[in-house]
Order: sequence, then structure tokens, then C-alpha cells
Amino acid sequence: MKNVRTVAANTFREAVRDRVLYNLVFFALLMMGAAILVGQISIGIEESVIISLGLTAISVIGLFIAVFIGVGLVSKEMDKRTLYALLAKPVERWEFLLGKFCGLVMTLTVNTAAMAVGLYLALWSVKHTLEKSDAWVLVAVYLILLKLALIVALALLFSCFTTPFLAILFTAGIYVAGVFAGNLRTMQAVNITAGAMTLMKGISYLLPNFENFNVMGAVAHGRGVPGAVVGQATLYAVCYGVVVLAGAAAIFSRRNLK
Amino acid sequence: MATPAIEIEHLSKEYPYGFLNLKKKKSLEDLSMRVETGEVFGFLGPNGAGKSTTIKLLMRLIFPDGGTARILGKSIDDVSMHRDIGYLPEQPYFYDYLTAAELLDYFARFHGLTAADRQTRVQNMLKKVGLETAKKIQLRKYSKGMLQRVGLAQAILHDPQVVVLDEPMSGLDPLGRREVRDIILELKKEGRTVLFSTHILSDAEMLCDQVGVIVGGKLRGVGTPGEIVGIKTQGMEILFEVADGKNLPLLSKATRTGGSYRVQLPEQELYGAIDQLKAAGARILSVAQIKPTLEEFFMNLVEADRAQANAVEVSGK
Repeated sequence: MKNVRTVAANTFREAVRDRVLYNLVFFALLMMGAAILVGQISIGIEESVIISLGLTAISVIGLFIAVFIGVGLVSKEMDKRTLYALLAKPVERWEFLLGKFCGLVMTLTVNTAAMAVGLYLALWSVKHTLEKSDAWVLVAVYLILLKLALIVALALLFSCFTTPFLAILFTAGIYVAGVFAGNLRTMQAVNITAGAMTLMKGISYLLPNFENFNVMGAVAHGRGVPGAVVGQATLYAVCYGVVVLAGAAAIFSRRNLK
Repeated sequence: MATPAIEIEHLSKEYPYGFLNLKKKKSLEDLSMRVETGEVFGFLGPNGAGKSTTIKLLMRLIFPDGGTARILGKSIDDVSMHRDIGYLPEQPYFYDYLTAAELLDYFARFHGLTAADRQTRVQNMLKKVGLETAKKIQLRKYSKGMLQRVGLAQAILHDPQVVVLDEPMSGLDPLGRREVRDIILELKKEGRTVLFSTHILSDAEMLCDQVGVIVGGKLRGVGTPGEIVGIKTQGMEILFEVADGKNLPLLSKATRTGGSYRVQLPEQELYGAIDQLKAAGARILSVAQIKPTLEEFFMNLVEADRAQANAVEVSGK
């Protein structure tokens, strides 16, 4: 695991030195500013609006980082051929891949944590106090992070066998489909044959169900999130993530570099 | 019999191309060769001959369609083998957000070196490749030649037994080329095995114990540089100065360059020509063998290849 740690640390260092990342943090702060403004004009529901807007911003910004930087983790190294010298060292390809994944998740964690701090500051500036129930925001942030880690794994998987452009399209497509995976399972349609319905349900179970990680509504309205929901979502993310990363490693381990 | 440093057996590689990658082009065909321990081996060939493909196969950057290879007795699929190997990619490019010292430290970590050892080695290596003063500059500001030096440094940082260099002189100025040559000779003196690819014959002649010539994905010969190219000497060239050349028949064949004359003649006419020059009171500046340029040498091989392919086509075999 030492090699994984080394690659992860370097990936994190790259992200930190990448100005795009700083811009996104700046953008996040701007969003928080906007949340404060909206909070001031939304009489009585300031807290709810700020939490909703803040969590959405954290999710959307994280999504952009996960997809765009996630896809570039491997493809950029292959295009620029920075990978050549590294793979000639005693490093397994799966170690490189896992290191890249961990590095970006580390980056997302720091980035998300910074934005969560911004969100709490925005909340405090409106209420001039923080209550115990505000801690649920952290649970929502944690679940967003799990979702982002899963998206990074998917972006890595696609970038292992296709072009960066297609990998972005596939990852974004899977994300959108995954958001509606739950709806697909429960959908009742009149004009679809039973076979097609079964196929659709089958696909819905294969797709990552991103709704598992969405507790924004509950948290924004001051409701708690049951521990079972958090545990289930964590287990789901770990299992799904391991399968996706194993697939990515299997493909990448036999990939010919240009 | 001692285990060779590098042993390649029937290695072949095809690249898909065309619509849906349905067509395949042979990049390497049944390549077999050995590089003995402690030897400097030059891998010669024109662009697209298969030199880099062979090296990438050895470094497991690409995978063969057939055949096997071993380095220091271990299969190339064995990752642990890379502890004893150094590799410089062709036209290397590294993480441009790092400084040279950071990059070398990063790579050294994969070899399990301690922090103190890493620091010492990185400093020594930067000094060795002449980048000591530029060690704190991000690699994005480095020239091509400087990147080549960083690449060389990362290849030999961990004291590997086998060093594989893909076009190590590429992008270097004369001074840089000389420094690389010195480093290769130093590695040889230390008993390390060096395999390097080049299309510059003079580099191979100066450094190599053995050379392998590859054209069109096929190994066309292995031997000392003299064996490979020297036997094909095309004649002799004499460079001389003469004050009054009226009575010198040789002058009709000579070309004047500046204040001197240059004449090319068959090897058997050399001594006769020297006698003539002596008699005319000429001053001989140099006498040298005319060898085919590498380009000519390769062109001959390529043309022979084509002729053979045509003959096969005509005979229908």
C-alpha cells in the first residue's frame, strides 16, 4: 500500500497546485455569499434555503471536479506520457490506479470540508448561533462525498478504455441515469411490455442509485437522518466502488500505452 | 553459461488500425536477441523500425502478441524485476508542476529508499546531470534538453543493474550529448548493462560493445559496430593541401574545399595516391575510411526487404 499512498499524495499535490481547484473553492465561497443573500430575503426559511443551496453547491462543484479531474487522472497521464517512467518502476498498475483514486478522493474531501465550513459560516452569519440539529448537515456532506467517490471510480473506469470526451459523456450519463435509478424500479407504465419492464428494472439495479446519498431535503428541513440510512449508503458505496475499481484495474492492467 | 542481462525470444507485436481497428500492422516480428551482462548494447534502426516498441514491451508499457522476454533472469511480467532496472522513455515528459528534486524524490519512493538516502541520491544525481542550479524550478519551465537530463537522472537514481534508454541523445546539444555519453561509459565501468536505442551511428560506434539493427520490425543483424557497418567500407578519403598541383593527376578527381582538397578513391588505390601526393609535396591532413551513413545503411536494408517482398509476391510463395 506504500506505492498507493505515494501516488495518492502526488495526485493531491497536483490538485493543490492546480489553479482550477482554487477557482472552484472561490466559486464555492461565492455560492455561500449568494446563499446569505437569499437567506436574507427569504423570511422565516433562511436556514432551510441556505442549507439547500449550500449542499447543492457542494454537490455540483464536487460533481464537476469528480467528473472532469476524474477522467483526466489516467487519460492525462497517458496523453502526456508521464506514466511511462512511473510504470517502469516497481509499481503494479492497480496500485497506480488506486493511488490516483485515493488522491482525488482526498482532494474532494479537503475541498468539500472547506465548503462545509463555508456553509456553517453562512448559517452562523444568519442565525448567529449553531444548534445541535445543524450537525445533520455534516451527515449530508458525508453522503455527498460518498457519491462523489463513486463518480470518481466511474470516471476512472471509463477513462481506462475510451477517450476523455467519451469518458466524460459516459460518466455524466451514468450519473443522470443513476439519479433516476429508483424511479425506474418503481415505474408503472402502460405502454411497455412485461419483458421491457423487466429489462428496465434489471438495468436500474445495475446502475448506481445516487438517490441513496440524497438527504438534502430532510436535512434542510431540520429532520435527522437515521443511522441505518447512513450505514446502508456507506456499504452500498463501498461495494459498488470496489466492483467499479476492480473493473477499471482489470482493464487498465492489460491496456497498451501509445 | 551466465544468465544474460536481457533475453528476448520470438517477441512479436501487432497494432490495430483502420475502421473499428479491424486491420493489423506488424510492428515487431519474431524478435530474438540477448544482451550480455555488463555490455553496452545499441539498438539501431530508422524511425518506425520497432526500437521503441521493443523497449516498451520490455518495460511492460505494451503487451506482446507472442514471445517472451526476461531481464536479469526474471520474466518481464514480474514487477519486482523493475527494482533493478532504470528506464528513460523517448522524448520524456514528467509532471510539470514538480521541480526536478521533487520528481526524483517521488520516483525514489517507489524503490523503498529512506528519506535521508533519497535526499543524498537526489542531490548527487542532479549534480551528475548538471541540473543542480535548476533543481528548484518547476519542470514546465525546463527545455527539452533539461527534461532529457531529468529523465536520465530518474533512470539511474536507484543504482539499477540494467539501464534501458530510448533515444537518450535526442534533443541534446553537443555538450549534453557528450555528458550522456560519459554517463553511459561510467555505467559500463561500474559493470551495469546498458541498452539504448538510437538512429545515430556515431553514438553507437563510440559506446557500444554490440549493436542490433532493426528494420521493418525485424532484427537484421547483431554484432560489434565494426562488424555491422565497418565491413561495408566504401573506400577511402584523403584530405590534403598542395601548393602547386599541376603535376598531380589526383587533383582531377579532387574537390576543393577552402584551402584544401578532398579526394575519394577505392581502398586498393590508397597507397598509390599517397605516393603521388608525397611526390608533389602535398601535405596530407587526414586519411579516413568512407563508411555508409546510417541512412544509406538502412536504405540498403529497406530496399533489400522490398526486393525480397516483391520476389515472394512474383513467385507466389
